[in-house]
Order: sequence, then structure tokens, then C-alpha cells
Amino acid sequence: MSAKQLVVSAGVSIGLALAAPYALAQKKYDAGASDTEIKIGNTMPYSGPASAYGTIGKAAAAYIKKINEEGGVNGRKINFISVDDGYSPPKTVEMARKLVEQDQVLLLWGPLGTPSNTAIQKYMNAKKVPQLHVYTGATKWNDPKNFPWTMGWQPSYQAEARIYAAHLLKTKPDAKVAILYQNDDYGKDYLKGFKDGLGAKAATMIIKEVSYETSDPTVDSQIVQLQGSGADVFFNITTPKFAAQAIRKAYDIGWKPVQYLNSVSASIGSVLKPAGVEKAVGIFSVEYLKDPQDPAFANDKGMNEWREFMKKYYPEGNITDVFNVSGYASIQTLIQVLKQCGDNLTRENVMKQAANLKNFEVNVLLDGIKINTSPTDFAPIEQEQMAKFDGKEWVRFGETFGK
Amino acid sequence: MTTEIALSAAPAARPARSRLAGLAVLFIVVCALPFLVSSYTTFQLTLVIVYSIVLLGLNILTGYNGQISLGHGAFYAIGAYVAAILMDKYGVPYWATIPVSGALCLVVGFLFGLPALRLEGLYLALATFALGVSMPQLIKYKGIDTWTGGVQGITILKPDPPFGLPLNQDQWLFYFCLAVAAVMFWLGWNLLRGRVGRALIAIRDQPIAAEAMGVNNAMYKSLAFGVSAMFTGVAGALGAIAVQFVAPDSFSIFLSISFLVGVVIGGIASISGAIWGALFIQFVPNIADQISKAAPWAIYGVFLIGFMYVMPVGVAGAIRIFWARMKRKAGSSPQRSG
Amino acid sequence: METFLHQVIAGLATGGIYASVALALVMIYQATHHVNFAQGEIAMFSTYIAWSLIQAGMPYWVAFFLTIVIAFVLGVLVERIIVRPVEQAPVLSVVVVFIGLLVIFNSLAGWIYTYTIKTFPSPFPEKPPFGTHLVSSHEIGAVGVTLVVLALLYSFFRFTPLGLAMRAAAQNPESSRLVGIRVGWMLALGWGLASAIGAIAGMMVAPIVFLDPNMMSGILLYAFAAALVGGIDNPGGAVLGGFIVGVLENVLGAYVIGNDLKLSVALVLIIGVLVIRPSGLFGRVHVTRV
Repeated sequence: MSAKQLVVSAGVSIGLALAAPYALAQKKYDAGASDTEIKIGNTMPYSGPASAYGTIGKAAAAYIKKINEEGGVNGRKINFISVDDGYSPPKTVEMARKLVEQDQVLLLWGPLGTPSNTAIQKYMNAKKVPQLHVYTGATKWNDPKNFPWTMGWQPSYQAEARIYAAHLLKTKPDAKVAILYQNDDYGKDYLKGFKDGLGAKAATMIIKEVSYETSDPTVDSQIVQLQGSGADVFFNITTPKFAAQAIRKAYDIGWKPVQYLNSVSASIGSVLKPAGVEKAVGIFSVEYLKDPQDPAFANDKGMNEWREFMKKYYPEGNITDVFNVSGYASIQTLIQVLKQCGDNLTRENVMKQAANLKNFEVNVLLDGIKINTSPTDFAPIEQEQMAKFDGKEWVRFGETFGK
Repeated sequence: MTTEIALSAAPAARPARSRLAGLAVLFIVVCALPFLVSSYTTFQLTLVIVYSIVLLGLNILTGYNGQISLGHGAFYAIGAYVAAILMDKYGVPYWATIPVSGALCLVVGFLFGLPALRLEGLYLALATFALGVSMPQLIKYKGIDTWTGGVQGITILKPDPPFGLPLNQDQWLFYFCLAVAAVMFWLGWNLLRGRVGRALIAIRDQPIAAEAMGVNNAMYKSLAFGVSAMFTGVAGALGAIAVQFVAPDSFSIFLSISFLVGVVIGGIASISGAIWGALFIQFVPNIADQISKAAPWAIYGVFLIGFMYVMPVGVAGAIRIFWARMKRKAGSSPQRSG
Repeated sequence: METFLHQVIAGLATGGIYASVALALVMIYQATHHVNFAQGEIAMFSTYIAWSLIQAGMPYWVAFFLTIVIAFVLGVLVERIIVRPVEQAPVLSVVVVFIGLLVIFNSLAGWIYTYTIKTFPSPFPEKPPFGTHLVSSHEIGAVGVTLVVLALLYSFFRFTPLGLAMRAAAQNPESSRLVGIRVGWMLALGWGLASAIGAIAGMMVAPIVFLDPNMMSGILLYAFAAALVGGIDNPGGAVLGGFIVGVLENVLGAYVIGNDLKLSVALVLIIGVLVIRPSGLFGRVHVTRV
């Protein structure tokens, strides 16, 4: 971007700010939308410690390519501008401003990380630019009253943890629980949800909680501590690498508790197989996405479509990685929102449509899970189902939780 | 290699008047910038100013005094958190947090410098590296999370321009940071060009001789740590105000490493190097990301190595060599002393 | 009490990991008087090469030794092509080149192999030894391998003319040149050997922590601490340092201060040791001449 372009874009941004939503025949546009194009911004950790998540952005970009080849959304091509923030909140702020002020995107889709999104939430709401389908499971994104321009996508960590708590209270009310959690916002969110779910019994049931840092080489020491506590239930709040280590270590040292594993790490391909499937038998988790390594979906229509998509548009991507399913599913939610917007591509209408999804289904979400939003409900996916790993696949059971 | 460092530390002998005139022109151009570029670019430039204060501080320690630090992100974090906590919990106005952050970091840096005195080279690198790695964990510690906001961090408000000045928030912040930076550079300049600066360099190059000449090595080395931390803390406070958010993830070890990279790329033992280094660490990662989404870090790494090939003594060093060559005019190119 | 014993043994097992990487750091320091911050990433990258070879159907031990050779060549090439041009630059410029190498290898591994964790096979039996749950066969085997490497390294520097020449080249390049040592090749050889040792470390570490591009980022800090606390010029001290760090960290985390600050406190203790003994517990004391 040359200095001249900068000056021009600055001029444009001032002009737009003054002229706000202007009408053109029946079509209405805000910055970033026109007869031919819709500009979408995105931040992702392509570099740095969280770069494992970067593939979500790449899968989404690949899906946009597919949509564009098929003619775009309502005749408009999508220009997907995805930039690296290295999982550093100050960089996210800078990049969000670049996307909004310089690139003039219509909306920001899927920024990843709780701290990163917290850093830009005030800015996005002050600017009245949609911060849509953010990639974090914190509960605070469902707050339409205070932050009407911010919306999440995945089920909240707290809601998931409450499902485990409910299951535990029903099946093993006298349990002695040991918890391993990542010492950050994500780990603490699960912890809080779990304690809320157990209610008054939390204090007596949870006999040991230990944390780990992502810089720890292993969690072996933590597992030994948990085993030493004499607990008979293990709630495993860890990201994939540490989840695999924890499952394996617990088995190897002969600790056989009832295990609950957070859905973040419920992937067969990147967690249970590395840990050793025989060591993971009997683990409980909840699911909302179809797992690419689960034999139950070997011939599933939605997953076959996804595999085709990966082959054609993202061949360098890993087809065992559940993040690629996630990115594929979440970007489709955005496409649905844009479809519903029709020719009224104002930021206000984008939020209105995003809050007006009715029984929208993506065929890589578990069958029966529907995406619903309303002006008072900014949580797109709330349905989840419990599952138990039988050594080969996740066996789903019981009711579907959530609305 | 020591000769080269020593060379680069020698004051350039350019006429003072033309230099002042140059500075004045530069100053006017910089002041005009917020009106020439967009708010977003103004914000980026504000960060450049903030980083340049850090790099000047780190240069006092590493460049002039020869003590390596792989953990200056920790002082930056302290400065940022002090500002954020004062603003958020105690309603202190933003400008008043700057001196507090600086003073606290001066004390912390000085205290850290005391044991670090006994450590040199690699051992000091480890000690400072440890500081940088530990800081995010300390911030999260449950004993103090009612203050620091724990893993969630603290969101703060952006200041409005005072006295009804016809500026937007970004422009005002730019001028505010610029003013603080001017003060800090003036301080740094006076410190380094005088007795203290000479003592620091003497300790770096010939510690035992310096001691014999009556320089109190221990005092100066700890002081260098303190002053360096103070600069970094002031910058941390400005950075927090500009970004409006602090969280443990903002101050990972990569921040500390970026600072060291900035000092070396800009030019060790050079005041103007701080600005070049700041420009590098602010803009080059963005360029790397533009070139490749697949492996942005690989591109960044290539930039790092490439810069070191072309300018082994940093940008400021390269400019100095260039000027020296121009001045000689005679066709004979200067021999590089190794 | 049993838990305490278990913590200590688990600490020794992770300590073995730190020790193996620390040995690579000692090697490069002995040969070049630099600490290569990219050492861990080169080890990680070599491990990926081994993984690819095994995936291609190569038997474990063939892949193991072939990887060591490849890593050696990689190290020599990196030194000759990338580090050589900045040999005369200030030491901090060299550090920046190392940081550049670190991010390049990390990023390339992520690009080529993606970030999903991979299992890396162990050459040791699956069944735990002596019918105990306290430690796995691989962990014992890995410690054994580390000790073998240590013995080789020690003899190499102590008894072979090449090892002596290498140490001389690092300590006093000018004089070494005068007595006919080819200093440039000694440096390259040092890089090659360090990266070969790193490759062994990587292949021993990966079955424990799983293979991913960030596998070494956490370990390198501990290995660095281990090498320094033991004495960067003493391979035996570095290995002992690894065990000390591993046990210290576990015991502190489990019984004294909790897991969230164990790294910080362990580092404070190490620095405390260094303040009292600036050359490490087993390092030689250097005398500065004016």
C-alpha cells in the first residue's frame, strides 16, 4: 500500500463516515459492499504460539474461493482479507483497524482468541462494524444489550462444562473430582462453568485442581498429582497436545478414573489416536461437529462433501484436522447471513440478519443441530450432545442439550 | 568485533548546525504526519514512537553498557499494567500514570540489576530470558488477579484531546506520545553524551580498566538496568493507553525478542537506531504476512538474516558508514576492520 | 510418600529430556562459543525428517541413523551458508541471525507438516519395565541414550585430536590458525555435531511430548537453564543440570508453590545458584585478564 493510496483511503473513509448509509436505487450499501463485491476482514494467528489454529482461516478462505467460483453471493464476489495477528492482542487491535479503516471491510469475521477479541470489542462496537462469529468459546460474546455488534459462533465453554456437571451429578453424585486446566481464559471459563453446574456440591466434590502453562513440555507431573489425590473422576480441560499426554499418562500410571474431556480436544485424529485409542476407552465428551476420523462419518454425506472440498480447494490442508471442519462450517454460517441480507448490505442489516438465523443447518454439524439466533440471543450454536468413546468412535447418547 | 562496536559508539563528527537544521525539518515533518495520513496509520506511527522509546532504553543497557537483555517485555508489561490499573481501578488520569510507571520500573529494574551484576553474557541472557518468560505467569497469579484482571486483562478508555483541541483521539495520542518521546530522547541524549555515557561504554569495553580508573562499575551497571527499565516502563504505559487493552498474552516472550531484534537491526549503541528498529518491528511482520500466509515467520526470518547480511551493524551503523564513505569522496573504499 | 517418589521419578524422566537438549547446547558452545537459539528448532525439524522416513516405510533404526547423518549435513550447511557471512559481525547480530533461523525452521515445519500433533515411535518396548507404573521403558531408554551421547561427547573432546582442535578453535581462533587448525571447518563441524546430537534428542523427546512444530519451544528454555546451571563447558554438568531442573520443577510444582508459578520459581532458584556460582555448579571458573 503506497502512501498515496493511504491518503486516498483516508479521504474515502472520512467521506463515508459523513455520508453514512447512502441509498442507490433499491440497493443499500455500507463501506465494503458494492454491486460486484463484498469485503470481509479476518484476523488469525498464522504465526506465533497459536499457529495451529491458523488453518481455520485457510479453510475459510478456501471455501470463499469455492463460493466465488460458483458465482458468489447474490451475484457479488467475496473479497476475503485475512491477516496475521500472531495471537497478540495489540497486533489484533492494529489489524482490526487496518481492516476497518484502510481496507474498508463490511465486517470482521471470525477473529480468533478470547484476549484478541476482548481487545477489539469496544472499538468494533464504537465503530458499529460487525464483529461476527468470533472464534472463542467465552460466554461474554452473547451480550446483545451491551455489545450489539459482537457475536460468537461456537457453543460456550461454560455451557459445555455445565453439561458435564449435570451428567456427573446424575450418574455419580458422590464423585471425587480432579481437574487439570490450562491456566488462561479458556481453562478458567470451563472451570467456572463446571463449578456453577455442580452448585453447592462443588466445594466438596472437587478435591484437586491443578493447572499447566502452554510452555510446559509435559503435564506428567500434574497427572501424578491428580492421581495422588485419590480422585475417581478426571475433568480434562486441555488443548490437543496436552490432552493426548494426559490421557496417555493417566493410563500408563494405572489411574483409571471416569474421564470427561473438553470438546476442544475431542478429535479422534489429533488427540485420541496419538494418545492410543485403547487408553481413551470410556471417555465422555460433548460434540457438535462431525469428526473427520470418526468411522461413523466415513460415508456421511456432509463429510464426503467436505472431503471433496478439501481435495479441490485446500489440498495442502490436513484432512484429519477437525479445525478444517470447523472453519468450513463457520464460514458457511456467514455466507447464509450474507444471502439473507439480499441487496441490503448495510452493517446494520448484517447484524439484523445474523441475529435472525432460523433452524439453519450445516451438514458437517452433528445431525439435528440447528443454528438459531434472535435479537436477544447472540449464541448461534447452543446444541450439543454427549458422547462416549468406545475405542473406535464416539457413541452419542442421551438428549441434545441446549436450545 | 569489539572494535566495530566501539567505532559505532563514537560520536559522529558532523557539523552541529546542519544537524540541528536537519532535526528541525524532521520534527516539522513528523508533526505534520497525522494530518497527512489516515487515523489507522497515525495509530501505527504512535506505536512506532512507543517502540522507539523501548529501544532507546534497551540500547542504554545492551548497546552502551554491553548487558544483554532477552526480557525487556517484562518491564514493558509492568509499565502497561501500572497505567491500566491506575486508570481502571483508581481513576487516575492517563497522563499522570506515565511518571508512576517510569518510577516503578526504575526501582524494579535497579533491583533486578543488583543480582544480575554478577552475571555476564549467557548467564545474564538466561536471567533476563527467565524474567521475560515468567512475567505473563506472574500477571495471572491468583494473589493479584483482582488488580490485574487475571487472564481476562483490563480494557481502558482512550483519552480525548484536552482544551477542545481540534484533533481526533488518534492524532492527540500521537502528539502526546511524541512529546513524551521527545522528553525521553532528550534525557537519553544527555545521559549518553555525558560522563555517564562514557562510563557505561568504558565498562562495556574494558570493565577492569574502568574500575581502575575509578568508575563504580556495580553502581553504573545497576543504574543502567534501572534507567533502561524506566524508559521501557514509560513506553509500556503509552502502549497500553494507545492499544486500550492489557492482557498476559500481550507480553509473551516474543515481545522481548522483538525488542532485542529492534535494537540490533536499528543499530546497537546508536540513538537514532532506536527509530529505525522501531520501524522494523512495527512494519516488517506485516510485510511478511502480506507475502505469505502459509509461513509468515519464515519470511520474517529471511528478513532478519538478510538485514544482518547487508547491515551487520544495523541501519544506523550502515548510514554512518555510508556518510563516512561519502565524506572521504576519494575512490578508496574503507577497509573493514574485523 | 509414594506420590513424592513418583514425582521425583517423573522429574528425572523429564530431566532426561532437558539433559539431551542441553548436550546439544554444550556441543555448539564448545565448538563456537555461541549459544544457538535455533538449536531446538533444528532438532525438531530433524525429527520431522525422521518421521517422514519412517512413514515412507523405513525401519526405525535405519531412519534413526540416517536422520543423524542428515542432521549433521544440515548443521554443516547452515553454518557454511547462513552463519559464515556474519562470522565477523558483532555478537548481537549473530544472535539475531539465530532468532531468524529459529522462526524460519518453526514456520517451515508448520507449513510442510501442519500443526496437528504426530506420534513418533519409540524403539523401546511398550511394556513398562520391572512391572512398575512409575516410569515407562521409553523414558529409561531415553535417559540411557542421553548417557551414551554424554560418554561419546566427553571422550571426543577429551581424547580425540579433532575434539581438542575444535575446543582450541573456539577458545582461541588466532592461535589455532597458527598451529595449523582449519578454524572455519572446525566451526562447521561443531554445528554439524551439535545438530546431530539435537536430532538424537528430538527423536528421544518426540515419543514423550508428541511431535509438533512447537515441540522444542518450551524445552529449550529448560535445557538452556540446565546447561548453564551445570556448567556450559561441562557435558556431565549439563546432564546433571537437566535432572536437577526436572526434579526441582516437579517437587516445587506439586508441594511448594503450585503449578502456576513453578517455572518462575525454578528459574529464580537457578539464577540464585548462578549468582553464587557464576560459572554454574560444575563449570570451570574463568579468570579475566586485563
